[in-house]
Amino acid sequence: MSTEQSYPVGEHPSLPPPTSEVGIIGWVRHNLFSSTTNIVITVLTIYLLYVILPPLLNWIIFDAVFSADSRDDCRAIAKAGGHELGACWAFIGKRFEIFVYGFYPVEERWRINLSFFLMLAALLPVLFDHIAYRKQGLWFSLIAPFVIGWLLLGGMGLTPVSTDKFGGFMLTLVIGVTGIVGSLPLGIALALGRQSHMPAMRMVCVAFIEFIRGVPLITLLFVASTMLNYFLPPGTTFDLLLRVLIMVTLFSAAYIAEVIRGGLQALPKGQIEAADSMGLKYWQSMRLIILPQALKISIPGIVNTFIGLYKDTTLVIIIGLFDPLGMGRASLADTKWQGLSTEIYVFVAIFFFVSCFSMARYSLYLEKKLHTGH
Amino acid sequence: MSSQPEASDLHVSDELVIKIKDMHKWYGSFHVLRDVNLDVYRGERIVICGPSGSGKSTLIRCINRLEEHQQGDIIVDNVELTNDLKNIDAIRREVGMCFQHFNLFPHLTVMENCALAPIWVKQVPRKEAEATAMKYLERVKIPEQADKYPGQLSGGQQQRVAIARSLCMNPRIMLFDEPTSALDPEMIKEVLDVMIELAKEGMTMLCVTHEMGFAKTVANRVIFMDGGQIIEENNPHEFFDNPQHDRTKLFLSQILAH
Repeated sequence: MSTEQSYPVGEHPSLPPPTSEVGIIGWVRHNLFSSTTNIVITVLTIYLLYVILPPLLNWIIFDAVFSADSRDDCRAIAKAGGHELGACWAFIGKRFEIFVYGFYPVEERWRINLSFFLMLAALLPVLFDHIAYRKQGLWFSLIAPFVIGWLLLGGMGLTPVSTDKFGGFMLTLVIGVTGIVGSLPLGIALALGRQSHMPAMRMVCVAFIEFIRGVPLITLLFVASTMLNYFLPPGTTFDLLLRVLIMVTLFSAAYIAEVIRGGLQALPKGQIEAADSMGLKYWQSMRLIILPQALKISIPGIVNTFIGLYKDTTLVIIIGLFDPLGMGRASLADTKWQGLSTEIYVFVAIFFFVSCFSMARYSLYLEKKLHTGH
Repeated sequence: MSSQPEASDLHVSDELVIKIKDMHKWYGSFHVLRDVNLDVYRGERIVICGPSGSGKSTLIRCINRLEEHQQGDIIVDNVELTNDLKNIDAIRREVGMCFQHFNLFPHLTVMENCALAPIWVKQVPRKEAEATAMKYLERVKIPEQADKYPGQLSGGQQQRVAIARSLCMNPRIMLFDEPTSALDPEMIKEVLDVMIELAKEGMTMLCVTHEMGFAKTVANRVIFMDGGQIIEENNPHEFFDNPQHDRTKLFLSQILAH
């Protein structure tokens, strides 16, 4: 040994890191001021925030008016307060219920509220595994969709409500959640079918996926709203919303299938060989070995597709359904509130952002939870 | 090495467990296995060696139908390997396999890896399957790792778990496909020790490996393959000291040279 050690070999204790590496000062130095480029970017960012934030906050909060009866009223209140008018949120406040419930009969709206809570209760055991009574909860999740369907549509003791009364956020949730819940199993089946050893099965799946992926969603929605009448026997009525639900589900299933196929292909061949060599049957291998891993790899892509699907629900405006965006545009026709499109669009944007951001965060949580490597 | 038994110490019965007769296999138009004939008796420890691409892995993978042969017969434990899924399942229940890259299931704990097949294939109650798994984990000397995930173990530990996982199905025959080729030198011994223990207990083993020390001490027969054919087979003494075929001599001189 040429160098002298202060401790015998193997007995060097772990020392605390130097103070410049830890704490707030360490963090700031590492992340904000580590190099010239970094310093320039930090300073520029602070300047941009200084320019943008105050007017934005003024418009959204400090100069905004939250209750008024018309746009002129808004202006008057702002003037009385001695500032310029920011956002006139009073408009949204007055329209809030129609944004949420659409044209659903006022006296029946409790059914939507109840459905919403049932949906949350049904999602909990599916999304999180460390909750009490999860097993019973999953049974509830299985029957909840039917209960919710009954609540929303009525019949069997409840006043029937036709689906053309559906609208607003409630419509977004109905289409979005149905699409998500329906397209995942269908997508898994398509992905497995595409990898099947049976040529007929494979061809059907490939044809379906490629056809659906190759056609814009709007086209499919138009087909759903008009063309189906030509194919179906005359006299059959087929609810417009149901057609939309089917089309949206099929559309996103095709994308999900491709995302999952990516996950399936990323698995080493040894996994299925090990399962085979132990005598597991095809469906056992898929359920216990292959899909848990493939789905885990595919989480970012799956959630990405879901977020896309959720936002694409706004396209139903084109075939005459009133989602929040459609509701907002209809509200703009009100002469009392003319010219407040910014408020409407910001409000709808916030709603979509909150929904989609939650999905994104959940996907990160799931990835972290399922990480079993080093 | 004195504790290890000589090949002759181990009992070989005259019960035929694997019979491979005039077997051919093609990958597309590529003829991988050419007229392979092999009889394996209960309790035999057979080491298969040969240059890469000689078909040795393919041969043992045909025995549990990870690869399909196109001509000839393979009979395992009196069950003939055909396209009949029932026969394939029956054979796979009797034959355990360990792979070069372990192929543990990374999303399951060591315990779950071991108990999975008994629970789902043999319908063993979970408690019982876990008790059996623990027994075999103790035998491969890693019971304390039962609740870890494979990604948290060293290569040698993973391969030992893989062996325990196969043993949980209580197989009558074990296939090893280069079980130590992906391991660090320091970890090869711990895996070989487990395999030697297994041999001492009378397990019928077919082992594709380049560990010639293992072949000398454990095998009762060494098979040399090249170009999809069995070129030479003999007991280890004769095989290493007195190889008959020129190709075998060349192979041995190359792998034993350094």
